[in-house]
Amino acid sequence: MKYMLLIYQNPANWQELPDGERDAIMSDAGAIVEELTASGELIGGEGLADSSLAKTVRVRDGVPAVTDGPFVEAKEHLAGYCLFECETPERAIEIAVRWPDARHWAVELRPLMTASGEEM
Amino acid sequence: MRTEDRHEDLLRALAPQVLGALVHRYGRFDACEDAVQEALLAAATQWPREGVPDHPRAWLVTVASRRLTDELRAEQARRRREDAVAAEPPPAPVADTDDTLALLVLCCHPALSPASQIALTLRAVGGLTTGEIARAFLVPEATMGQRISRAKQTIKAAGGTFALPPERELADRLRVVLHVLYLIFNEGYSATAGPDLQRADLVREAIRLTRSVLALRPDDGEVAGLLALMLLTDARRAARTGPDGALVPLAEQDRALWRREEITEGAALVTDALARARVGPYQVQAAIAAVHAEAPRAEDTDWPQILALYELLEGMAPNPVVTLNHAVALAMVRGPQAGLDLLATLDGDARLRDTHRVEAVRAHLLELAGERPAALAAYRSAARRTTSLPEKRHLEARAARLG
Repeated sequence: MKYMLLIYQNPANWQELPDGERDAIMSDAGAIVEELTASGELIGGEGLADSSLAKTVRVRDGVPAVTDGPFVEAKEHLAGYCLFECETPERAIEIAVRWPDARHWAVELRPLMTASGEEM
Repeated sequence: MRTEDRHEDLLRALAPQVLGALVHRYGRFDACEDAVQEALLAAATQWPREGVPDHPRAWLVTVASRRLTDELRAEQARRRREDAVAAEPPPAPVADTDDTLALLVLCCHPALSPASQIALTLRAVGGLTTGEIARAFLVPEATMGQRISRAKQTIKAAGGTFALPPERELADRLRVVLHVLYLIFNEGYSATAGPDLQRADLVREAIRLTRSVLALRPDDGEVAGLLALMLLTDARRAARTGPDGALVPLAEQDRALWRREEITEGAALVTDALARARVGPYQVQAAIAAVHAEAPRAEDTDWPQILALYELLEGMAPNPVVTLNHAVALAMVRGPQAGLDLLATLDGDARLRDTHRVEAVRAHLLELAGERPAALAAYRSAARRTTSLPEKRHLEARAARLG
């Protein structure tokens, strides 16, 4: 099963974290990515730029409207994602539990949809 | 057949032979496997340009051996620099045997996860490139490459050897091989979108490899049963999706699109296996598929016979997925309520991770029972819970029909 780990942060208190903790988050995440690469589970992942740089696009009656800022206004924003494939849901949860952002904010684990299906 | 396809077929058929020859001569399954992969890639680029050599197998063995000795020499030099010279063992004579089974058993080593068993089998025995396997499983090539090299390290660490285990153990290991071949088949068959060619390739590979196992183990009824199951299932491939890619349930499929040739071969295989070998789950599943295939129209289906076969299967290999299908057969013979009662025994079954399947079957049976609001709710709940896009579409369409 393929999963996307959605990594949430609060940008205001990210900046207030002590340097050591910010570094620890980065290096802990890096270590997990390395582990998933070595195990052949990693599919991909990226960090996202601050949500103040987001553009939200709506099209109504064929007319696009582009506004600055995220779709959902919240203190937390989506800071990045990690895409991986693993054998069991338990393994996916284990990875999520170790993801460092979960210590301060939260990570969300979502199974990916597949194009495979069985006729019923 | 296009020239490229002929080359590809030839390479895939030769891959396990070349790998077997190298492992017999040099040992070192992991290094030999890399060398063969490089030789296959070299052939795939050179043969279309320069023509197929007179002795393609010998050509591949020579190229792969050269790559391997280069690699071993480089490794020796590294070791010498590290002041730990190990004497290379003298090459053993090459035995002229079919190593396909030994390779399959090694690639399906029980220390590996199913995903790794599949990847390694397709590469080492199937002769597919890492890129082809990666595309078929929709992951980056680097991910697939890492999975394969990790699988080889795991086998090495587990002490896996390139030799057939004693007969008693072989029977168990063969079950794992058959399961891996079944998974490869299913991965290809269940695809409804994505890179179609690669997916159809998985079906073709699974059938081809199962055929080669049957040639080596002609008396194993389960090998014949698995091949029959694959053929009888694949026969329906053109009918199982509509022109827009939507899933078409068995009862609504255009049976004129079913491939008679595969049905005839599959039915003959399973009939023969059931008559002379010990019966097993693949044979029973193939027999069920054969009963479906025999019905000219859905309403002609011999449901009592299918029900009897599911009862047999349930006793032999009980699992929730069998119970789901059993419930449908029971409903067709004794009415929807009987099916719903059996289905209720699965509520809260921890083994059923795909709970949407229970809901989908429940929805279908409730619809048969004429309980429209309950059926609608069950279809919607199943549609929300599935991780399959085509199943979601199908379930939403069913719900819309009732709503």
